[in-house]
Formats: sequence, structure tokens, C-alpha cells
Amino acid sequence: MAHYILKRSGLLIIVVFGVTIATFVLMNMAPGDQAEMVAIARYGLENLTADEIENIRISEGLDAPVWVQYFHWLSHIAQGDFGHSLVTGDPVSQEIIARIPATLLLSITSLVFSLLIAIPAGVISAVKHNSFVDHGVRIGAMLGATIPNFWLALLLILLFSVTWDWFPVFGYGTASHIVLPAVTLGAGMAAVTTRLIRAGMLEVLKQDYIISARAHGISEKRVIFRHALKNAFIPVITVIGMQLGHLLEGTVIVESIFAWPGLGKLLVDSIYARDYAVIQACVLLFAVFFVLINLLVDLLYVILDPRIRYDRGAG
Amino acid sequence: MATTLLSIRGLTTVFHCRQGQIEAFNNVDLDIDQGQVLGLIGETGCGKSVLGMSILRLLPPNGVSRGQIIYKYRDLLGLSPQVMQRIRGAEIGLLPQNPSASLNPVLSVGQQLMEGLRLHRMIKKEKARVAAQTLLGCYGLRGFNNRYDEYPHQLSGGMKQRVLAALSITGKPSLLIADEPTKGLDGVARNQVVALLRQLTRETKMALLLITHDLKVAANLCDQIAVMYCGEIVENGPVGKVLVSPLHPYTQGLLASLPENGLHPIPDYSPGVPGDIQGCRFYPRCRYRQDKCSCQTIKNKRINETYVRCLSASEGREN
Amino acid sequence: MCILENKLAFAGMVIIAMLVILALFAPLLAPHDPYVQSLGQSLIGPCRDYPFGTDEFGRCVLSRIIYGTRISLVIGLGVTTMSTIIGVVLGMVAGFHNGRLDEIIMRVVDVFLAFPGLILALVVAGLLGPGTLNVVIALTVVGWMGYARVIRGAVLAEKEKEYIGAVQTFGAGDCYIMLRHLLPNVMTPIVVMASAGVGYVILAAAGLSFLGLGAEPPAPVWGAMLNYGKAYLQSAPHLTIFPGLAIMITVLAFNFLGDGLRDQLDPRMKNLHFR
Repeated sequence: MAHYILKRSGLLIIVVFGVTIATFVLMNMAPGDQAEMVAIARYGLENLTADEIENIRISEGLDAPVWVQYFHWLSHIAQGDFGHSLVTGDPVSQEIIARIPATLLLSITSLVFSLLIAIPAGVISAVKHNSFVDHGVRIGAMLGATIPNFWLALLLILLFSVTWDWFPVFGYGTASHIVLPAVTLGAGMAAVTTRLIRAGMLEVLKQDYIISARAHGISEKRVIFRHALKNAFIPVITVIGMQLGHLLEGTVIVESIFAWPGLGKLLVDSIYARDYAVIQACVLLFAVFFVLINLLVDLLYVILDPRIRYDRGAG
Repeated sequence: MATTLLSIRGLTTVFHCRQGQIEAFNNVDLDIDQGQVLGLIGETGCGKSVLGMSILRLLPPNGVSRGQIIYKYRDLLGLSPQVMQRIRGAEIGLLPQNPSASLNPVLSVGQQLMEGLRLHRMIKKEKARVAAQTLLGCYGLRGFNNRYDEYPHQLSGGMKQRVLAALSITGKPSLLIADEPTKGLDGVARNQVVALLRQLTRETKMALLLITHDLKVAANLCDQIAVMYCGEIVENGPVGKVLVSPLHPYTQGLLASLPENGLHPIPDYSPGVPGDIQGCRFYPRCRYRQDKCSCQTIKNKRINETYVRCLSASEGREN
Repeated sequence: MCILENKLAFAGMVIIAMLVILALFAPLLAPHDPYVQSLGQSLIGPCRDYPFGTDEFGRCVLSRIIYGTRISLVIGLGVTTMSTIIGVVLGMVAGFHNGRLDEIIMRVVDVFLAFPGLILALVVAGLLGPGTLNVVIALTVVGWMGYARVIRGAVLAEKEKEYIGAVQTFGAGDCYIMLRHLLPNVMTPIVVMASAGVGYVILAAAGLSFLGLGAEPPAPVWGAMLNYGKAYLQSAPHLTIFPGLAIMITVLAFNFLGDGLRDQLDPRMKNLHFR
């Protein structure tokens, strides 16, 4: 177990290191002279002189070789210094920290929403295999998995805000503000998880230990929820982890539509404004989140499945 | 004479498939007395395991049973699913066919035992834990009290079977169905299972329906033997008669095919699905066949204490 | 189950064929010019002249959707082709020369996979600026890793087989073995992945253009149509409904095809779309 965590963590460090290089290269490939952009941001376009651009180039270390710039940048971000926003001039780290809670809140709410839908739907669908309900769930899952989230968002707004006025169109702050964004973001995940739980339950319900549990007189409810669901759920956890990555992607679009003040909206706004410092920090943060989630999911899987837990422990 | 515990009359089970109906067995009559050990023997695929699951009403969703299964004056086929669920484990237990796949991989051995104990004996968690450990001790896991918190994949096949045996009697059933308990085991392990089953029946006085293809195990444990061929019971009688002086040509063939009797196999193979055979299902492979065997429904014939489904069977005919 | 899915695969193929026809014969099939503005007729709901209504500049939505199939299919097929080529080359090289080269390529794959795909595409497209080609580049940057992984795995399994050893004893070169013997044997998973992949690319491209990072404004792009239509959600919901339907039907069609092909060609890959 400890050995496994160590190995995974070692790999994680290599990947994160690679991610910093990739992010840095990406930003340096962007068209335009960085010194000029910083200068424009600082002094405005009108009173800009070539001297000032050169001064910034030297003071910001932009005249140094690329690899020196990289390690310079890396040493700064290692200390939590992501530079200053080209637009507002504020420290990027402050801006980002202010945005994290909103994204976290939205992601967790969506995840909970998706599980609240997926677990009952998947279980019912499998237990009532090939019934009317099962077909309904399958069609729903198919549509849910393919509907573009930006379109779903617009349809939900059209229905629940414009037509019925149940929930606000956009904003942040009250519980009713989170409903539409969370449903939009959670729908796709709910669909995929439903399918997996259904497939897993169908497979598990055929197993000998389920028949054996029934033969011992255990009630059907208990057979399904204690014996079958736990087995069916373990492989689903990995996929939920991968889905969380997609959830992060989804925040970009959903936060933009619903004006949700999270990291995703910050990233899109910075792209519009070409605020490289913020883009760079956001991308890095998203990637690190993504990698960490994958690591956590792997560990959770190991903890939950007794077969892996002990085999790894022994070996 | 002992009272009849389970009485099966005219039981037929079919599976509905895309190709139509497939018959597992047809028109089976069978009685088990209290405390009796009945061996149901036959080749793989003859329908004997399905019979066991039909009694428990645990067939796959496409399986349907017709007929009567009278257990303690109640027809099991007429009971509601809720009542049937209360019968399982408490009245009729199952020692499942495949021990290595019949324990839940994500629950510990102790959790599974305790679940059964708390369900059937209505006892508190702490008492159930002690009872579970006692049970494990009784069934050969004595030196392994720490096995309690282990998971099924950490146990050997034999240990799993012992856990399942303990589990199957937590509800103190009056009848235990043991489905192929010695399948795929070597000689030593097989003897251990036989000893375990003997311990179970002797200590609990429960009846046992032993489904097996192993004649030696059946001879060792059973009072009564029923022989199944192609979904029909062809011979049913006391162990001393059926396995010593068999009346049906199929039973004779089974005995002749044992190594100690010279390894004479029955010619040809057992047909997979008998379909709508009119007469005797053993007709194509029978040494004593006559034309009349294939064109009429064969009735059970009683010879002494044995019922046999053969036209030419008579007392004293030996192979 | 099997029959149902093959029916779906067939339906997917029919829809894709119809989309291709729409794209090829757009000038003949579209009732109006997708670019011509007539401000007097802006924001008309669906009617006889304009089955899907008109947008804020009075342009026919149906015609713009029909022309939009061109851009969507070009992006979908272009990105998938490029991703496949990159993935196949790197995956084959990694699988064939396992060792240091394999290690390097797979670490690069890991690093690219560490970014949530759409976010990286968004940033690349944002930095490159608007334009269809830039969308293709951005989506290819994030799309090739899956192909490389699958190909590498398939090559690793395939090259252990005896016939590869036999070919090597004839003195065949590595390139020859890879192209002539390995490639045909690892094509099946690629075909399956690519057919569903086109759908995902079209979806992602629509997402980018919805955020304003696609082709330049007058071009009839589905995602951008949704983006401009959302301002008129209350007065002209048809601007939101029809382009969205077009995206969804297209994505569904490619998914159906992918699922059907997977079941037909390789039942072992049942779980592929989960990975």
C-alpha cells in the first residue's frame, strides 16, 4: 500500500513538472511580444515608448534565455507567486484564491446531484431489466450523455427562468442560484454514471453470491443495496473520478453562461482579455487539480476494494 | 414411518429463450422425509441443479416452474415472494454450488455470517459476533478466529465452503439443499466435505437434498437415491437397493462406468435438450430397448421400495 | 440488445449520410443565402418561408444550419484524421521500440492527459485567435493521446506474436514491419475510436465556438449561432433550439456508429467509451 502510494506520487511529480513546462511553452508560443503587452497594461496604449518596453523587458527578465525564464517563473510559482494580472494589476494568486470556493461549491453540488439521480435510476433500471422503466432510463441516459451542456443550459434557462421564472437566469449567492448550473453540469455525469451502475448491477445480480444471499433468506432490498450495489459501485468510482475531470471542463462553459464567479469564468474572461498571467495560472491549477483527483480516485479504489487492498499490501 | 417434509408433485421447469422454451426437467415427483438424506444423482446438464433452485424459487428471471412443491403442508409455488423469502434460510437452506464465487467479495466473512445470524436469530450485534465465531469454530475454522475479519478472497476453497456451510444453517433450516458440494474437488477435499455434511445432518437433524454426480459421495451419505436422466427421475429408492441392485438401465450404466466396476461407459452422449421425446428418454442409448419403449409414455413402476421408469425393469434383473 | 444497437448503428449511418449530402449540396438544398441580411425580417419565428425562422439580421436559420454542416464535418473529420495520424505514429513507435523512447513518449502523453481536454483546447484556440484552422489545431493538440495509448497497447500485444519474429528473420526492416504487419492488425480499435471521436470533436468545436473562439462571425457555425441566439432567448427561442438540435443529432449519430462498430468489430472493447 505505502509502496503503491509512493510510486503513484513519484509519477505525479514527473507529470506536474511536465505540466509546468507545457504551460510555459504554450504561453511563450502565443503570438505577440510579452514585454509590449505588459507595457500596454501598465502605461496604456497612448503614452507608450519603445524605451519603456525595453525597460520592462529587462526588469521582468524577458530578455534572458527561455530556460532561464522558465526556472525563474518556476521558482516564483513554487512560492505561490503567479505574477500580476495584466488587466487589473492585482496579484494573480489573490484573484484565483477568491474564485476557488465558487467552483468547488458548484462542482460538489453537481457531483451530489448526479449521484442522487444516477444511483436510484441505475439500480431501478437493472432490477426492472427490460421493463418500461428500464427503457426510459436508458433513453434518458443516452440523451443526457450526448446533450451539449451549453445547449442544455440554454434550454433550462428558457424553461425554468424565462417561461416559468422559478430560478434566476444567472448570479451567485443564494441556493436558488446554484440549481440550474448544477443541473446542467451534473446531467452528463449522471447519465454516464447511471449507465455504469446499471451495467454493473446487471452483472453483479447474476453472480453466485447474490443467489447465495437470497438463498440465505436475505431480503431483496438488502440484497440489492448491501450486497449488489457495493460490488457494482467500486468500478464506478474510477469513472466518477475521470468524470470529475470532465466536470472541471464543464465549469468553464457553465460558469460563463450562468455568470458564476468561479475559476472557469475567470479563465474564459482572461482569454478574452488576453491576460496571460491569469491564463497561465488557471491552466496550471486546473491541470494540478485534475491530476490530484485522479490520484485520489485511484487511492479510494484501493481502499474500497478489499481484494486490491490486501494484494497490494502483501506485494 | 417418518413424516414427509417436502413433497414434489408433477414439477416441470422451463426456460423461455429467444429460440422458444427449453425444458430443464419434466413432471418430477420426489419426497423427502424429515431428517432424511436424499441423493439426487445424474450427469451434468440433466436438470438436477435446476430442481434445487426451483424448490427455493431462485431461478433466473426466464425460468418458470409448474406443479406442486408441498413443504410442511404449504405449496411453495403459491406463496408470495415475501413469504418465500422468509422460508429461505430459515426453513430451507442452500449450500451453493460454487463456493469460491458464492461469498460476497466486498464483505468480510464475519459481516456475512453476522448478517445471517441477526436475520434469523434476532440477536444483537455483539451476541451475533460471538455466535458467528462459535459457528466458524464448529465448522473447522476453529484455529482461525482472526479469519472473522478476513475477506473471501483470503480463504481457500475449502474454508469458503465451511463458511458457507455455517452460513447455510444460521437459520436452523429443516431442509438443506447441497448443490454439487464436491464438484471439482480432489479426494482429500471431497472426504472433508462428506465429513462436514455428515456433521451437519447429524448435529442438526435436518433433512438433506444432496445434488451430486458423484456416486461414491451419494453412497456414503444418503438414505435414499433418486436418479435423474434428461430431466426425468428414472429411478428412486433406498440407497441399498438403487446403488447395489439398480433396476433402470441408466443406473446400471452409471454404476458400470465407475472405475472399480471396470470403467464401462454408456455408449453415446446424453442428448442436450430432449425436446418432445414421446417414450423413454434413455431409449437411444439403452441396451434393453424394445420398439414399444419409444412410442408410449413410460409410467413409474413400483418394485419393492423402488420406483423405476422402465418398461422392462423387473426384480432380479442384473447387469 | 445486439439487434437494437445495430439498428442504432444503422440509424447513425443514415443520419451521417444525410449530413454529408447536406454539406455537399448545401447551395442546392438551402432555401436562402445564409449570409444575406434583411433587417426588415429579423427574428421571425418558424414560418413557411423560413422553416426555422430568422436571426437578428434576418438571415435564414435553416440555411445557416445547412451550411454549418460543412464546417462541423470538416472540423470533425479533420481533427480526427490528424489526431489519428499523430496517435498512430507515436503509439506504434512507442510500442515497437519499448525502452527509453517508449518511456519518453508515454510521459508526454501523461502530461497532455493531465490537462482537462477542453480547457487546454480553449487556451490554445484563445491564444491562436479565431479561425477554423486554429480550432482544428487546438482540438488536435488535445485529441491524439487516446489513439497513441490504444495503439501502443495493441502493438505491444501484437508484436509478441510469432509471425512478427518470423518476418524479422527474413530481414524485414522496422518500418516495413510496422506498416505492413502491425498497422493492419491494430486498425480495428482505431476505426471504432475514430468514429465516435468525430462526434466528440464536433461537440467540443461547438463548445469553443459557443464561447466565441471559433470561426469569424459571419460564418454559419452552430455553436456561434447558439451564442448569438442566447440574447434573444425570450423573444426568439428558435435561435436556441434548432442549432442545438443540429449539434445533438450529429453527435448522437456518430456515437451510434461508434457503438455499433465496436459491437460488430470487437466485442471485447465493450467498455472502451468509458476510458
